[in-house]
Amino acid sequence: MLWSLVLSPFALAALAAVAPGAGRRRPLLLLAGALLHAGGVAWIWIAPPEPTRWLAADPLGKIVLTTASTLFLACAIYAQGYLRRREDRDDRVFVAGLLAFLGAMTLAALAQHLGLLWIAIEATTLASAPLVYFEHDARSLEATWKYLLICSVGIALALLGTFLIALAATNGEPPVRSLMLADLRAGAAGLSPPWLEAAFVFILVGYGTKMGLAPLHSWKPDAYGEAPAVVGALLSGALTNCAFLGILRPLGILRAAGHAGFALEALVVMGLFSMALAAVFVVGQRDFKRMLAYSSVEQMGVLAFGVGIGGPALAFAMFHIVNNGLAKGVLFLSAGNIHRSFGSKRIEVVRGAARRLPLSGPLFLLGFFAVTGSPPFGPFFSEFGILNGAFGAGRFLAGGLFLGLLAIVFIGMSVTVLHVVQGDPEGAPEIAGMGDSWLTAAPPLVLLVAVAWLGLFLPGPIHRLFLSAATALGG
Amino acid sequence: MPEAAIRLVDVLLILIVLLDLFALGTSRINAIIRAVALEGALLAALPLAIEGGHGLGSVAILLAAGTLVIKAIVVPRMMLWAIREASIRREVDPLLGFVPSLMLAGVGIGLSFALARQLPLRGLGAATYLVPAALSSVFCGLLLIVTRKKAITQVAGFLVLENGVYLVGLLLASVMPWMVEAGVLLDLFAAIFVMGIVIYHINREFSSIDTAKLTSLKD
Repeated sequence: MLWSLVLSPFALAALAAVAPGAGRRRPLLLLAGALLHAGGVAWIWIAPPEPTRWLAADPLGKIVLTTASTLFLACAIYAQGYLRRREDRDDRVFVAGLLAFLGAMTLAALAQHLGLLWIAIEATTLASAPLVYFEHDARSLEATWKYLLICSVGIALALLGTFLIALAATNGEPPVRSLMLADLRAGAAGLSPPWLEAAFVFILVGYGTKMGLAPLHSWKPDAYGEAPAVVGALLSGALTNCAFLGILRPLGILRAAGHAGFALEALVVMGLFSMALAAVFVVGQRDFKRMLAYSSVEQMGVLAFGVGIGGPALAFAMFHIVNNGLAKGVLFLSAGNIHRSFGSKRIEVVRGAARRLPLSGPLFLLGFFAVTGSPPFGPFFSEFGILNGAFGAGRFLAGGLFLGLLAIVFIGMSVTVLHVVQGDPEGAPEIAGMGDSWLTAAPPLVLLVAVAWLGLFLPGPIHRLFLSAATALGG
Repeated sequence: MPEAAIRLVDVLLILIVLLDLFALGTSRINAIIRAVALEGALLAALPLAIEGGHGLGSVAILLAAGTLVIKAIVVPRMMLWAIREASIRREVDPLLGFVPSLMLAGVGIGLSFALARQLPLRGLGAATYLVPAALSSVFCGLLLIVTRKKAITQVAGFLVLENGVYLVGLLLASVMPWMVEAGVLLDLFAAIFVMGIVIYHINREFSSIDTAKLTSLKD
């Protein structure tokens, strides 16, 4: 069951790669893959399948997987409208790449072996690099090269970290001869501390690059800025969570071994640094898609901070994974609609989006409110919970910085967003036939409703999932 | 492990670090690629030298063969082909001169040895140089990536880095199931393949693979 959830997107990707392109039927494969996957994930919720040795839907994996599947379904529906408007570009690589990307993310979420997790995350990079290059122009090429090279180096360092964990295990008392999470957790008390600490440094730098924590984020604004909206949404809302999982799995082992102290401090510092760097670059940002990339750097900072603070904040960090994923979907998809209608993503050109695009304009504004943590949306509650946890743990300086940086990013983003949404679109460039359609406006709308719903009414099973994921991490 | 095998492993490791330094010090791209290919061949020989004392398993031989084919033959050939096909000028364009690069590498290698001393290894008598050699390769690879302008040299740097990581992996033959190691090799191969395609596109778009020309995206 779990293996078929991983393998079916790859099978559909292969089908999309070989299917004849006549009549532009290929996007329907994308929709089929997304529906199949969402159905499989729903099945996991209803009737939890037997975990296999290599794959299991544990609470942490389930959070990441459900977020990715929901976002992918929204993006697949959006892509039906999007690809219809982009008949100038071949959709073969795009559809096949997206499906392979989904398969790799599923594998990353379910993997119970650190080596398998690494293979899955490396595969996400390879599957998504051609997606960033969708436009086939000089700018997207530059973004693709940076994305590919920087993330490959990061992932190579993560592999070194994974190997060092294995050395911590083989040099332990008694030695553990496996990279299975269950074996490592069971033998955690005997793992060799110096190896374990060296390993976490490389893991944090490696997967932190892929996740986009500052100062390892430099590929992010370029890739998110140049990639199509669908890709930006999936990279920032789903892939970053998989990379975060790459940090959380080893962290769980360090926690079990009782050596997590410095790792948690490192996460707090990197989290605050990411938020600070995002605050610097978000203020005065003239390109609204790059602004979203810096917002993503900030949100990764929030996640790292929440996990680093630990205690009650940990469950809220889990909650924030879902909130950020869905809110990023709203923002990127609506921003893509605005970008196409105006033919530009610079705020010197774009104005009055709310009037020209009566759905996407307001959605972009509301998505901004959601992602910056305004009530009643979910991120407000998760960020508030993290802040509460920091103050509760007596971390007043860290908590104060967290709050202050959130406020700066809010103000900085609001200038850019209001510039785009407000005003009179008269005289601004307009690309004909790129107005709001249901296929491109409904997916971000539904995601926005979901973010608001999570804020107003968090269903019991989801709440319990966050708590059990936090417990598994030692919260 | 017999004395001769230990000495052989040490010689192989020293050669790998020397090749790293050679790659940093040379001004010819072809020479860097040849150095990387030779490193791949040495990496393939290492597990045989380490396991040699206990008799060879078929999996070890298969992995060694896979390493040899991918790291020493296929990937370097792809890169040499790319240079010919894209008619790339064969000199390296360094951002940082050769002598400062080598001096930095020397510092990095010293630090690698110091760090490795903090990490206790048990039951692997032959492997005293393995961890420092691996960390040195990782450092030299990173240095090549950040201080060289041409995309193809950056890929070579990535390979040097990967070789360093792979060295550590050799300590783990008993822990990692062979399918994981095979997956790692396959992923590496695919990464280089995709990078090659992107380089091809960069060359077509800019008539050059100088990444210093990739500067239109910034804040």
